[in-house]
Amino acid sequence: KYFTTTKKGEIFELKAELNSDKKEKKKEAVKKVIASMTVGKDVSALFPDVVNCMQTDNLELKKLVYLYLMNYAKSQPDMAIMAVNTFVKDCEDPNPLIRALAVRTMGCIRVDKITEYLCEPLRKCLKDEDPYVRKTAAVCVAKLHDINAQLVEDQGFLDTLKDLISDSNPMVVANAVAALSEIAESHPSSNLLDLNPQSINKLLTALNECTEWGQIFILDCLANYMPKDDREAQSICERVTPRLSHANSAVVLSAVKVLMKFMEMLSKDLDYYGTLLKKLAPPLVTLLSAEPELQYVALRNINLIVQKRPEILKHEMKVFFVKYNDPIYVKLEKLDIMIRLASQANIAQVLAELKEYATEVDVDFVRKAVRAIGRCAIKVEQSAERCVSTLLDLIQTKVNYVVQEAIVVIKDIFRKYPNKYESVIATLCENLDSLDEPEARAAMIWIVGEYAERIDNADELLESFLEGFHDESTQVQLQLLTAIVKLFLKKPTETQELVQQVLSLATQDSDNPDLRDRGYIYWRLLSTDPVAAKEVVLAEKPLISEETDLIEPTLLDELICYIGTLASVYHKPPSAFVEGSRGVVHKSLPPRTGSSESAESPDTAVLLGDRLILDLGPPVSGPPMAATSVQMGAVDLLGGGLDSLMGGGSGFAAPSTAVPANLGAPLSSGLGDLFDLTGGVGTLSGSYVAPKTVWLPAMKAKGLEISGTFSRQVGSISMDLVLTNKALQVMSDFAIQFNRNSFGLAPAAPLQVHAPLAPNQSVEISLPLNTVGSVMKMDPLNNLQVAVKNNIDVFYFSTLYPLHILFVEDGKMERQMFLATWKDIPNENEAQFQIKDCSLNADAVSSKLQGSNIFTIAKRNVEGQDMLYQSLKLTNGIWVLAELRIQPSNPSFTLSLKCRAPEVAPYVYQAYETILKN
Amino acid sequence: MIHSLFLINCTGDIFLEKHWKSVVSQSVCDYFFEAQEKAVDVENVPPVISTPHHYLISIYRDKIFFVSVIQTEVPPLFVIEFLHRVADTFQDYFGECSETAIKDNVVIVYELLEEMLDNGFPLATESNILKELIKPPTILRSVVNSITGSSNVGDTLPTGQLSNIPWRRAGVKYTNNEAYFDVIEEIDAIIDKSAALHNVCYTLDKVLSVFFCCFFFFKLSGIPDLSLSFMNPRLLDDVSFHPCIRFKRWESERVLSFIPPDGNFRLISYRVSSQNLVAIPVYVKHMISFKENSSSGRFDVTIGPKQNMGKTVEGVVMTVHMPKAVLNMNLTSTQGSYTFDPVTKVLTWDVGKITPQKLPNLKGIVNLQSGAPKPEENPSLNIQFKIQQLAISGLKVNRLDMYGEKYKPFKGVKYITKAGKFQVRT
Repeated sequence: KYFTTTKKGEIFELKAELNSDKKEKKKEAVKKVIASMTVGKDVSALFPDVVNCMQTDNLELKKLVYLYLMNYAKSQPDMAIMAVNTFVKDCEDPNPLIRALAVRTMGCIRVDKITEYLCEPLRKCLKDEDPYVRKTAAVCVAKLHDINAQLVEDQGFLDTLKDLISDSNPMVVANAVAALSEIAESHPSSNLLDLNPQSINKLLTALNECTEWGQIFILDCLANYMPKDDREAQSICERVTPRLSHANSAVVLSAVKVLMKFMEMLSKDLDYYGTLLKKLAPPLVTLLSAEPELQYVALRNINLIVQKRPEILKHEMKVFFVKYNDPIYVKLEKLDIMIRLASQANIAQVLAELKEYATEVDVDFVRKAVRAIGRCAIKVEQSAERCVSTLLDLIQTKVNYVVQEAIVVIKDIFRKYPNKYESVIATLCENLDSLDEPEARAAMIWIVGEYAERIDNADELLESFLEGFHDESTQVQLQLLTAIVKLFLKKPTETQELVQQVLSLATQDSDNPDLRDRGYIYWRLLSTDPVAAKEVVLAEKPLISEETDLIEPTLLDELICYIGTLASVYHKPPSAFVEGSRGVVHKSLPPRTGSSESAESPDTAVLLGDRLILDLGPPVSGPPMAATSVQMGAVDLLGGGLDSLMGGGSGFAAPSTAVPANLGAPLSSGLGDLFDLTGGVGTLSGSYVAPKTVWLPAMKAKGLEISGTFSRQVGSISMDLVLTNKALQVMSDFAIQFNRNSFGLAPAAPLQVHAPLAPNQSVEISLPLNTVGSVMKMDPLNNLQVAVKNNIDVFYFSTLYPLHILFVEDGKMERQMFLATWKDIPNENEAQFQIKDCSLNADAVSSKLQGSNIFTIAKRNVEGQDMLYQSLKLTNGIWVLAELRIQPSNPSFTLSLKCRAPEVAPYVYQAYETILKN
Repeated sequence: MIHSLFLINCTGDIFLEKHWKSVVSQSVCDYFFEAQEKAVDVENVPPVISTPHHYLISIYRDKIFFVSVIQTEVPPLFVIEFLHRVADTFQDYFGECSETAIKDNVVIVYELLEEMLDNGFPLATESNILKELIKPPTILRSVVNSITGSSNVGDTLPTGQLSNIPWRRAGVKYTNNEAYFDVIEEIDAIIDKSAALHNVCYTLDKVLSVFFCCFFFFKLSGIPDLSLSFMNPRLLDDVSFHPCIRFKRWESERVLSFIPPDGNFRLISYRVSSQNLVAIPVYVKHMISFKENSSSGRFDVTIGPKQNMGKTVEGVVMTVHMPKAVLNMNLTSTQGSYTFDPVTKVLTWDVGKITPQKLPNLKGIVNLQSGAPKPEENPSLNIQFKIQQLAISGLKVNRLDMYGEKYKPFKGVKYITKAGKFQVRT
C-alpha cells in the first residue's frame, strides 16, 4: 500500500506531509519515504525534512528516521551534522533501549565529520551499566574502525574492547569477540586477540550462555588458539563437544572445526581420541537432512574431513546416496564423497548406485557418475572386473556422452591393470565414429596405439584419424603421433608410410611447439637407434596412482583450519581468493605433541614455468611417453647426423627447418665486458652469510619445502640448502638445475641426498657452485631461477643471491692502477648511494668489508671526514671502484661507485648494506 | 559479515534491498542472474557465487531468492542459517513469506531487518524478542493504532534480550495453561529397484535414515521448568537441541530438562540410524515399461500398507516426474484421482486413505511422442503419506514434570509418522 503514490509530484507531496503538524501524518509520510527507499528510489532530496522529524519521543518515528539517516547521510554529510546533537542527547537517555539505538545508529553513519563527535558518547556507552548498551557499543567500535581505523586506535577503543572479553555478561563477551575478530581481519599482524589460558577459560564459559550467533564467533576465535599441550587441547575439546548437538548448523560446523584442529594434538592411543571420532559422525550426517543450501556447504566441508580422517564417516555411505530431486550442486558433491568413501566393504553398493545415476537425465551428473565408476575400479582392485562390465553395459546404451566418458575411464583402467581387460577392445572400436570430444578421441587413439598388435586394422583406424589431422585439438594430435609411432615400432613393415606421414605433419605443417618437438624427438630416435626408440616409446609405464584428485596434504591441513568458511567451500586457502589478500596469515594445524614444525613464511618465489630449460635426468630412463607430453631434454637437435632409419635412406630427409636455434648458445647482450670470464684465485676469507629463508614453500611444491642461503668461503661459492619433506610420502631422486643467469652460476656437483627423505624429515646440504655456466642477463641482475626435481614432480622457484658471494679474493687493485681506472671510467658511470644508520668507524668498516673481499686501498681524512677508497672484483672480471665517505657525527655514509658496467652498481650497494649491517 | 541483502523474485526483479554497511550497487546481482540463467532450474542455482569483489550467498525459499552480499571471509553456513531465519520471521509475522506479503509490509520488513542485524552481526533473531520490539501486523491493531495513535514499536527493553533464557519473555500469563507436543517422525528413504520389483520385505540397506523432530506447543504462565523423559531414550542416535535444553542432564540422565519458549517451537530433532529401523510402513508394487519402437508404454502401480501396527495410512500422494518423451497418460485408478501435466510431465495421484482390503491401484497406457527413442531412464516414484498415532521408531514419551510454578497444566501428546523424502526407484 506504500507503493500507490507514483505520481509526478510525489516528492513534493511527501515534503508537505513531513512538515505537517499532525504526528500521525508525519509518521505515515516517513513510512512512505522508507518504502520508496527500500526499492531503490532516490528520496535523498527530503533529507532536511526527515531529519526535522527526529526530535520526537515516539520511538517508532525515531527508528524510522534513523533508518533513513543511515541510508542517506553519506550523500548529505553537511545535513547529517544537524542530527549529531540529537544523537548525543539520546546517548544520555534514561531508557537503555534508546541509548543503544543511538549508539548503534551513529556507527552506521559513515561520514568522517560525524565520527569525531561519536567518540565521547561511545566511550560512555562502552562502560554503560546496562549490558545491552555495552554489547551494542562493542559492535560500534568495529563499525568505527571500518570508517576510521586510526581514530579508533588513537582513542584507545581497542583496549576497552579487549577488556570487554572479561565482561560478566556472555552476550557482551561474544560481541566483543566478534568485533575484535572483524578488526583483526583487516590487521592480520596486530595481535588483537591475544589468547591465553585465562581468556580461553572465559570464552568457554561464555560459550555455554550466549546466543547461537555468539557461539559461532567464540568457536571461530577458539579455533585460532594453540593449546600448550595435549591436556589443554583435550579439556577444550570436552567443553566444545556439546555444541555438536546445537540446532544451528553453523554452530555445529564451527565446533567441528575446533575439534578437528585440536584432535591433531591428541595421541591416537588415547581413549578420548576414539570417543571424539565417534562423536563427530552423527552431527555431520544430520547436517545432510537440512535445506539444500546448507547441505552443499556441509558436503564441501565433509569432503575435506573425509580426506583428512576417513575413519569418521566410513560407515555412513548411505546418507550420501543421491535423491533424484536433489539440486545438481548437491548431487555432484555427494558423488565425490561416495567415491572417497568407497572401499572393498561397500563397493558393490556403490557400484549399483553409480549405475543407477548413469541413466539419469542430467548430463553433467551422468558424466561424473560414469567417471566415478572408473575411479572405483582403480581404487578397489577387487571391483575392477565389475566396473568394466558395468561400463560395457553403459556403452551398449549408445548414449553419446555416456559412451565417450566410458572410453576415457576405460583407458585409465587399462593403465592400472595392464593385460587384463583387453577383450573389450573390440566393443570399444565399434564406437569409434561416435566420438566427437577430444578427450574421448585421444583416449581411444591411445588404446589403439597401445594394443596395436592385437587390433588387426589398427593402421586403418589410425589412418582414418590422420585425415583431419589439422582440425584435431592438440591433445588428439599428440596422442595420434605417439600412437602411430608405437604402431610402427610394433609392425614396422606395413606402416612405414603412415609414420612418415605423421612425422612430417607434426614437424613441418604444425605451429605447435609441443607437437613439433615431440615429432623431432621421435624422428631423431627412430633415425639413430630404433632399438633405443623401442625401449623409450614402448617402455613400461609407471602405474597411475589411486586417487589423483586428493588435495595436497599441506593444503589440506591448512584447509582443515578453515572448516566452515568460504575457503572450505572453494577448497583454496583464503590468500588465494580473498579480496586484496591483505597478507592473510597462514593457519596451520597444531603439531602433535613431541614433534615440532617450523612456521611457514609467506612465499616470495615466482613461478617460472617454461622460462627454464630443463635437463633433469636423461630422458631415456623410461619417462611416461604415452599419456603425458614428452619431457624434452636440452638435446641438441642439430648435433648428431640425421641418418635415415630404414638404412636405405628411403625418404627420411633431415628436417632442417624450424629448429629452435637458441638452445645452448649464449646470448650476447648489452652487458659487454660482463662476459670476460676470469676465474678468481682464492685467498682465505669468509664472507658474510645471510640467514636461511624459505625459497620454496611446501604448499607450492607438493610438500617439499626448501630454504637456503648463499655463502662464499675460501674462494668457493656454495648454496646451503635445507630440504624438508612435509608430504606424506617418501621423497627421493633429487636433482637440481639452474637457469642461465647473469654471472653463469651453476652447480659444480650434482645434488647429493644420500638417503630418501622420509616425511617430516629435513636434510641440510651444501651445494658447491661455480661460475662457468652459460650466461644470460637477468632482471634483476642477481635473480637465480632454480628447478628442483624429485620423484614426485619438478618444482621451480627463483631467488636473489647477494652479489658479495661473487667478490673474488684477488680484488685488491694497485694504488696507481686505481687512480688511473677511476679517472678512466666516465663520470656518467658513477653512482651515489646512502648507507644509513651505520655506527661503525672507518677502521671497523674497512675490516668488516675486507672479510667479504672488498679491499681498502687508501684512507684519507678530509675536513674531519674519513674517505675510504676501495676496490672489488667480480667472478667475471668486472672491477668496481668505490669511495666511501664516513663522517664521525653522522651515521649515514655516502658511497660512490664507479664501474664500466654500471648495471652492477645497485647490487654492489646492496652488498655493502648487508655486510655493514650484519 | 553480511553486507547487504537483496530479495529477488522468480522473474528476476529485485524488489527489496537492505544494506547494513555501505551501499552495494544492485548491479552485483548481475552475477547472480548469470548463474541463474546457467542453472536453468531455479532449484539448481549454486548457493555460493563469487564475483570479483564480493561473494553472493543465497537461499531459495517460497519462490523468493534471498541473496546476501559478503565482502570478507565469513562462515557461509552462518549466512545461510541467518537467511532462513529471516524467511522464518517473515512467515511468522505475515502468515506467509511471499512477495506480496513483503511488499505490503515493507516498513515492518525494514524495521525487522534492522533489528535482526547490526553491522552484519545478528542482533535479535528470536521471534519472542522481535515481537516485543516490533508488533506483528494485525487488522485489529492497525484499527486500534489509528484511533489511539499508539505505534507498533515497543518502547521497553525486551526482557529476554539479556536474560539467560533469551527465548522466553517474562510475564507470560494464560488462563488455561496447556502443553501439547507433537512427535513428528519423518522417514527419508530410497527404496531400491530390486527390492521393489521382487515385492519382498524391503532390505534395509536401501533405507537411508529416519529423521524425526518433536514440535512442542506450550502455553504456560510464568517461568515453568520442565523435564521430559522418554521410555526408550537410547533409540535416539543423534540429537540436535533447541538452545533451551540443558545438555548436561541429557548426557547424564537422558532427560530433557528445559525452560520452554512461549508458543510453537521445535524442541529437538533426532535421528535413528537405519540399523535400528524396524519397518517401512508402505510398499509399492510397480511395473513401468516402454516398448521398443511402439511409442507407448505400460504403467501399473499399487500401493499397500505394511506392518503399521493397526494404524491407517492416510494422506497418500504419489508424484512421478515422467520422462520428457511422454505425451500423455491414459490411466484408471481404483481409488482417488490422478492428474498429468503434459508441460512439466508430472503425474500426481492423490490416493487418500489406504484400506488393506482393497489396495489402491493406478494402471494404463503411456503415450510417447511418435518417433522418440525409448526413454533410457525410469522415473522415481515420490510417495507422501501420514500415519496418525504412531511413532515408527517406537519412541514413547514417559512423563512430563513441571517445576517452578504452582498450577497444573493440561498436557497432551500426539504422534505422527510422515514420509519425508521417500523415493521408490523403478
